[in-house]
Amino acid sequence: MQIARVIGTVVSTQKHRKFEGAKLLLVQPMTLDDTPRGPALLAVDAVGAGVHEKVLVVIEGRAAGEALGRKAAPVDAAIIGIIDAVDVQE
Amino acid sequence: MQLATVIGDVVTTRKDDNLIGVKLLVLQPIDPQGKPLGRTLVAVDSAGAGVGETVFFVRGKEASFPFYPTEVPTDAGVVGIVDHWDLG
Repeated sequence: MQIARVIGTVVSTQKHRKFEGAKLLLVQPMTLDDTPRGPALLAVDAVGAGVHEKVLVVIEGRAAGEALGRKAAPVDAAIIGIIDAVDVQE
Repeated sequence: MQLATVIGDVVTTRKDDNLIGVKLLVLQPIDPQGKPLGRTLVAVDSAGAGVGETVFFVRGKEASFPFYPTEVPTDAGVVGIVDHWDLG
């Protein structure tokens, strides 16, 4: 899983039927010190996340499909949690 | 998934049997600002997309799921056409 920040929303009318009713969000993966890391990506939202929130994202097809609750959905990323806090001790 | 612009299509005559009838599109991934990002790639089409459109595509085996039970040998597939997106 990766820590990411929700940076936008995507609207699509014509899409594969497994996406019907699914919310699509643009997320930017972040490092532990809150700097962007790598390219932004689209994830389906399984938890009711919103723009600016820090979230937990799975970037793997099987996990994303399960988060969406639909079998054989053509997805490869999903938001599976909204992060309250990250505590790192080193 | 990632945003991309459809910049072309690919025609093949001799190909894997499970690719017969499947539309192949050339994609240029774009960043949230709409600028080209990284290398172009070829993806199967599951959304009825065409050249010039902004789409989103999925990477990996999941790209073949729309064609189930046919096992289309692909690693990328267009799964939606983007109307618009908004940055917060």
